[in-house]
Amino acid sequence: MAGTSLIGRLRASLAKGRDLLTGDIFRTGGSWDAAALDELESRLLLADVGVDATEWLIERLKRSRTDERSASAQLVDLVTELLETVEQPIDVRADAKPFVVLVVGVNGTGKTTTIGKLAARWSAAGHSLLLAAGDTYRAAAIEQLSAWGDRTGSIVAAQSSGADPAAVVFDALSTAARRGTDIVIADTAGRLHTADNLMDELKKIKRVIGRFDAAAPHETLLVIDASQGQNALAQAAEFDRALGVTGLVITKLDGTAKGGILLAIARQQRIPVRFVAVGESADDLLSFEARAFAQALVGAEPA
Amino acid sequence: MFQSLSDRLTKVVGKLTGRGRITEDNVRTTVRQIRMALLEADVALPVAKALVDRVLERALGEEVAASLNPGQVFVKIVNDELVTVLGGTVSPLAARGRPGVVLLVGLQGAGKTTTAAKIAELLGKRDRDRVCLVSTDIYRPAAREQLATLAEQLSVRCLVPDSDDPVAIATEALATARHEGFRWLIVDTAGRLHVDAELMAEVASIYSAVDPDETLFVVDAMAGQDAVNSARVFHDRLALTGAVLTKADGDARGGVALSVREVTGVPIRLLGTGERLDALEPFVPERMASRILGMGDVVGLVETVERAVDRDQAERMAAKVKRGRALSLEDFRTQLEQIQSMGGLAGLVDKLPGVPAGALAQANVDERQIRHQIALIDSMTPGERRNPSVIDGSRKRRIAAGAGSSVQAVNRLLKQHKTLAKTMKRAARAGGLERLLAGGIGGAPGRRGRMGR
Ligand SMILES: Nc1nc2c(ncn2[C@@H]2O[C@H](COP(=O)(O)OP(=O)(O)OP(=O)(O)O)[C@@H](O)[C@H]2O)c(=O)[nH]1
Ligand SMILES: Nc1nc2c(ncn2[C@@H]2O[C@H](COP(=O)(O)OP(=O)(O)OP(=O)(O)O)[C@@H](O)[C@H]2O)c(=O)[nH]1
Ligand SMILES: [Mg+2]
Ligand SMILES: [Mg+2]
Repeated sequence: MAGTSLIGRLRASLAKGRDLLTGDIFRTGGSWDAAALDELESRLLLADVGVDATEWLIERLKRSRTDERSASAQLVDLVTELLETVEQPIDVRADAKPFVVLVVGVNGTGKTTTIGKLAARWSAAGHSLLLAAGDTYRAAAIEQLSAWGDRTGSIVAAQSSGADPAAVVFDALSTAARRGTDIVIADTAGRLHTADNLMDELKKIKRVIGRFDAAAPHETLLVIDASQGQNALAQAAEFDRALGVTGLVITKLDGTAKGGILLAIARQQRIPVRFVAVGESADDLLSFEARAFAQALVGAEPA
Repeated sequence: MFQSLSDRLTKVVGKLTGRGRITEDNVRTTVRQIRMALLEADVALPVAKALVDRVLERALGEEVAASLNPGQVFVKIVNDELVTVLGGTVSPLAARGRPGVVLLVGLQGAGKTTTAAKIAELLGKRDRDRVCLVSTDIYRPAAREQLATLAEQLSVRCLVPDSDDPVAIATEALATARHEGFRWLIVDTAGRLHVDAELMAEVASIYSAVDPDETLFVVDAMAGQDAVNSARVFHDRLALTGAVLTKADGDARGGVALSVREVTGVPIRLLGTGERLDALEPFVPERMASRILGMGDVVGLVETVERAVDRDQAERMAAKVKRGRALSLEDFRTQLEQIQSMGGLAGLVDKLPGVPAGALAQANVDERQIRHQIALIDSMTPGERRNPSVIDGSRKRRIAAGAGSSVQAVNRLLKQHKTLAKTMKRAARAGGLERLLAGGIGGAPGRRGRMGR
């Protein structure tokens, strides 16, 4: 992580895929150049921002006051302003022992990998960790998490495949309490937000954690995949409704997908965004920064 | 998501309601709505633009101008265009020689490994011993264990060449499969980004090494705008023969199916509809088209509404109001009954997620309420129904008691009727009465279905 800023890395990956904006688009005769607005609109739509949030942003841009800067620079400001409302780093409280993080999301978004990265980050910061293998459904999910446990020097609490995930998590918490572990991260099986029985299973896991410590889980982290489109909005809404999501991670930003759906989520759900993931290695997890994200998304030169 | 898409489509149908024919003018605005609807379904922007252009061209053609039902025809054109793009007959997986090789490629987490196992299940249905699997994913922790576990669940052989080089693994697996007389070899690969030059070169080498009969791009039904970029690059490097759309068991519109088809030209072959290994279905273009548009069976609905709304009735009422007479509670009751006869509003909404829930709330009607209101009207005397102004406090109490209801409910009903009567009068003057009637009670002209001619 050292030496590479979020914007630097996002821009590096961005440059792989698409041209950065070079021409400057100015306001002419008191109103924005229609072609420029069209271009910005397309750019937002192509970034998965979605129709509603795009229309909202473009409307606001049109109403914005004339100044010397280009439309794209002003759009970056607007997007930054919106995202700053959700720029809120996770607070690993020392008084919560263990600090419990429950990780959820639809299938294949990067939950288990993100847990590995969090374990790497937090153990580097001097915390002791325990990973709970709450995905007892998917083939070799336990082995996958165990591999991340080995890589990061974290203990992994697991039972056999097919075991009750709530029981796995509860046992993990007992173990952590006994050992005085600082942080417990619970993995869960991927599930679509439309599968009611599976969403109920998550609620049960959350209830069981709450029985252990009424303040836990201290963080319920929803992992969103940047390569996904408008459905992520439904994911955020449904997981939040079922569990009360307290933080978001957006993964796979190392591709050419921009994860613009985050803007729509920020507008509608206002869930704090904790991290962005930009690769498959342990150190490919960065703290979320509104401005850097906005610049990468709009495709503008950093100010 | 759902809602705004439905809203848009309702507007599309609504805007074309009550107009004689599709003209360049009235279509332009609706075309934009269609484009937005496609974008909300995650159809890639360039693909959506191209599609809308084609739709516009067809809509402005003779075929439609001569039609009596512009709204219906318009929606049908969009639908047909989607079916055309997605369509064609979907051929089963086919092998040239023995073993036939199926190579699965795609982005991280798309569902390749799961799909590899599902395809083994599909191809090995008659004979488990005919198929074998191999994983070339040396990167993701426990990726090979994952495939091996799935193979075991299926009682299908999983080859495990002793190597840490993906190309060598694939080559050796093919030799083994050939030697042991397998009919099929299914090759799983690690997830990779299309912009990762090294890994793209690697998968190209695997491709050359096994010379696959089928190269399938596995893509998440929830994928967004960027899917066209990855699909294009994978196709350029590997000459795909098809795509598999996974995680289609959720509520994603799946516009990516259209995008992938447009940019690669290869058909979607299969649909993944769950995590279980038997959750693999043939791809049906018509179903996918409706899903992308999110309109259920729009054409069917339009017909239902037309059947249910008695046009003679509507015209009689219209004529009456035009002659300057007020809309009676009797007329109001007829309107309520018509809504009921369409299977209630709930049934209507079911058929078409195109009636926005918001509009119903605004109109303040639900089925129970309709039944309730009809009961109230039935509890009135014929005189009261014809001339509601005679209904005073004591009559209200009597009517309420007769319907097992409250005076407030009577007040609400009278107020609603009054608003409607007033609106109709205004509309009669403005000439938009038919449309208003089509909209049913509570306003929202033209929203509930197409009534124009
Ligand atoms: N390029 C890229 N790949 C990622 C990133 N995060 C995760 N992945 C990859 O995405 C794939 C799925 O990741 P997992 O961590 O297994 O996802 P999951 O959400 O736990 O999946 P399920 O448990 O099956 O629902 C793996 O190949 C990961 O290596 C990222 O930020 N960038
Ligand atoms: N609901 C649902 N889940 C699916 C479907 N297909 C795959 N999955 C799930 O999606 C997740 C990822 O599937 P994998 O098969 O591991 O994906 P992959 O493409 O092999 O992932 P990498 O090898 O990491 O790139 C797992 O949780 C699967 O169970 C499907 O059709 N429906
Ligand atoms: Mg996982
Ligand atoms: Mg895999």
